[in-house]
Amino acid sequence: MLRLEKRPTPSRFWAAMTPVLAVLATMIAGGILFAILGKNPFEAIRIIFWDPLFHEQFAAYSRPQLLVKAGPLILIAIGLSLGFRAGIWNIGAEGQYIMGAICGAGAGLALYPSESFLIFPLMILAGALGGWAWAMIPAILKTRFGTNEILVSLMLVYVAENILASVSSGLLRNPEGRGFPGSRNLQQWDASANTEIIAGTGMHWGVAAGFIAVIFAYVLLNKHILGFQIRLTGESPRAARFAGVNPTRLILICLGLSGALAGLAGMFEVTGPAGQISIDFGSGYGFTAIIVAFLGRLHPVGILLAGLLMALTYIGGELAQLMLGLPSAAIQLFQGMLLFFLLAMDVLSNFRIRFGKTEVA
Amino acid sequence: MDLGSINPILLVASLMVAATPIILAAIGELVVEKAGVLNLGVEGMMITGAVCGFIVAVETDSPTLGFLCAALGGAVLSLLFGLLTQYLLSNQVATGLGLTLFGLGLSALLGQSYVGLKAPATPKLDIPVLSDIPVLGPVLFSHDLMVYLALALLAGVWAVLKYSRAGLILRAVGENHDAAHALGYKVVRIRLLAIMFGGACAGLGGAYVSLIRVPQWTEGMTAGAGWIALAIVVFASWKPGRVLLGAYLFGGITVLQLNLQAAGVAIPVEYLSMSPYLITIVVLVIMSADRSRAALNAPASLGRTFHASH
Repeated sequence: MLRLEKRPTPSRFWAAMTPVLAVLATMIAGGILFAILGKNPFEAIRIIFWDPLFHEQFAAYSRPQLLVKAGPLILIAIGLSLGFRAGIWNIGAEGQYIMGAICGAGAGLALYPSESFLIFPLMILAGALGGWAWAMIPAILKTRFGTNEILVSLMLVYVAENILASVSSGLLRNPEGRGFPGSRNLQQWDASANTEIIAGTGMHWGVAAGFIAVIFAYVLLNKHILGFQIRLTGESPRAARFAGVNPTRLILICLGLSGALAGLAGMFEVTGPAGQISIDFGSGYGFTAIIVAFLGRLHPVGILLAGLLMALTYIGGELAQLMLGLPSAAIQLFQGMLLFFLLAMDVLSNFRIRFGKTEVA
Repeated sequence: MDLGSINPILLVASLMVAATPIILAAIGELVVEKAGVLNLGVEGMMITGAVCGFIVAVETDSPTLGFLCAALGGAVLSLLFGLLTQYLLSNQVATGLGLTLFGLGLSALLGQSYVGLKAPATPKLDIPVLSDIPVLGPVLFSHDLMVYLALALLAGVWAVLKYSRAGLILRAVGENHDAAHALGYKVVRIRLLAIMFGGACAGLGGAYVSLIRVPQWTEGMTAGAGWIALAIVVFASWKPGRVLLGAYLFGGITVLQLNLQAAGVAIPVEYLSMSPYLITIVVLVIMSADRSRAALNAPASLGRTFHASH
């Protein structure tokens, strides 16, 4: 008879091991999935996890892509993890990401065709503010009226997607684009281009911002009183209240920070890899970042690694599409599976598994 | 712009159709939440139900089988959530989110070779005599069977929760799982059953979208209906009767904005299509503003993990 016994404190060993186990379990389950789809499972797994980094032909292209994809994921996930730790569930990062891109691009395009070096910093500021403002809606509704932030932030994703569709064929449409929807290409305009800091590595300003966010979050959580309050609130809201933590302030800060970071990610994406505001700009980074945050155990360093791993599955998935004809949805399922296995394995870090008969207490 | 082209009778009739998937998903989630479990995976279960129902209906040419398999698909997917949250004691919010992401991926994979096909038509009932009544006939009595089944399900859930012993036990588990456990009720088993019922209902709701409302399969076609169902449960303050009200309100706005789009109103299409989501937010705010009442009605153990160690 299997029996679970609650550990007094979560096991540190298992907390670090579960993501590794979850990845392994996902590889096995994914292999079975690929076999069902009629593909060679070993080849598929190799193409997804190995070839993007080490294949002599593709690696040159896909290695820089790793940072390009990991950048926004890490940036968004770091923001989300702060709230998740405190039990504040912002799951509308996709909407904040879109609004950040729209505001950032809008601020820049308003000044087109100026070549001032101030334009890019201004756009960064506008992008962060756009995401922040979008996240403030659920934050204020939560603190003022007690409205559930999960539902509001998610509803706002659909609203943001509609605004995106509206501006890309209206307000921000390229006046020289012969009536096609989509804004001017921001990457071809020197003042707004989010260029690679080190050529050929994929390391653009957004990736740098992601790394800075990791360091910032690490210091915040470990050395700053605010980080302590976040952790305390997550572990025991009641104790936090007694310790004088102001829940309203914490909600505003956590949602605001995660919104601003998601907005930044959107702004760096639109000025870099995406290049323009268009109807299909929203790419689901905001949702995948939720998986990244959990996979990284809500820990900044973990998120850094998880973001890189998730970026690898994106690139590997594209490669597998190309070489094996694996459907793109399969990789989405693969990522969902990863989150599931992780949550399932979490039981190991919070509980001890005992064999034998249940004792009568 | 031609507002005269909007036929109020047809509007109300299509309102009932638009509200049906929401009613189905919301009543399922209401039962789940009454049992003290917060399953945020409604969207994932709906879309899985939509694709399962569509595939089976196309392959067998039978909408009935399609609906049955949709319910089955939703229930099986929800079982995954049940195993994780009830046996492996994972966080319900995170697991529910995971279920939605997983369901979206799974449905896209299953449905990829069915894009663009047409679902077999589901017959309308056109109840004799009753459907010939002017105004009331087309509004109330000439829909497909699922519309009435959804209403019957709603009434059934209401009656079971209010009057039956099973309903009382379910509510006891949701209000205080430790007390229910002490009384000898199998908390985990009851919750698992509730979760599967919720999954089956969400699956039916999804299939209603893919088999009757649209009737086609496209990726992500439920477009947030599952999340709106979740919002409606909160709006209804966990009362079945109010679920109906919320679903009709939402269905009405959806249908109205579609009609306004068709009539060529001077408001841009995008602003009309975002209106149902905005209204949902507004309604949520109004409901939650009255804190004392909102807190009173929520099942007390909602979202809390049950572990019988002591």
